[in-house]
Amino acid sequence: MIPLAIGAQAVPFALIGVDDKRHSLSDYADKPIVVVIFSCNHCPYVRAWEDRMVAIQSDYAPKGVQFLVINANDPVKYPEDDFPHMKQRAAEKGFNFPYLYDQTQEIARAYGATRTPEVFVFDSTRTLRYHGAIDDNYENPAAVKHHYLRDALDALLIGAQPPVTQTPPVGCTIKWRG
Amino acid sequence: MHIQFLYYEDCLSHEEGLRRLREAMAIEGVQAPIEIVKVETEAQAEALRFVGSPTILINGVDIVPVSGEVRYRLTCRTYRLEDGRFSPLPSLEMIRAALQKAKA
Repeated sequence: MIPLAIGAQAVPFALIGVDDKRHSLSDYADKPIVVVIFSCNHCPYVRAWEDRMVAIQSDYAPKGVQFLVINANDPVKYPEDDFPHMKQRAAEKGFNFPYLYDQTQEIARAYGATRTPEVFVFDSTRTLRYHGAIDDNYENPAAVKHHYLRDALDALLIGAQPPVTQTPPVGCTIKWRG
Repeated sequence: MHIQFLYYEDCLSHEEGLRRLREAMAIEGVQAPIEIVKVETEAQAEALRFVGSPTILINGVDIVPVSGEVRYRLTCRTYRLEDGRFSPLPSLEMIRAALQKAKA
């Protein structure tokens, strides 16, 4: 699967969230930066990174950065990724962003996402400016040398080009139906 | 000592896991071959009672015994580290502790 290319436009979506409300990309049109992250419940890479996802959203929300986190995994193969478990995880971890359910997997396919977590950062015109991993160390937050996502956000917020625009996403494969 | 390293290729950290196992064996002075098993199908995962990648068995015993509801399938495995963090890999210390236990 080929992911969206840097410079591509965000693919619109409307997905149900763990708050039982429908969230559209256009609902966040006033946000200067939208970060779409494909994620899930079961993956150890997600579990290793999810506290950092919450922290980064918290740090950058006052600057207008909005995370939209999407789970597209097949809940038949991975029951712990089903919608009730998504609600449970969001409550347990205090998710401060919409956690959305891509039941048909159409959005994951449209973005060309393959792993969880996998990050797509869009600027105010919803042009893709960074794609890849959150940082360079899933295992130890204290040992991170390259904060790819934070660096991209910092650059975009001052109107600059992210220092790194693409990194290989590191995580579990998205669990496709069938 | 019979050491097995079971992995699923889609889980990117298996090479680091194998390196970590070798490092732990060197530190603990364990000289034994590592049987490396690539798990490629759901049927194979079921037959091998494979709970996720990577899994390290010493004399047939999982270095981190699994409790609760167990599913055998092609997946990446979540380890809880000593400090409570989650990781796709066991720490060096966890592997060393298992080797020490097996030697005792």
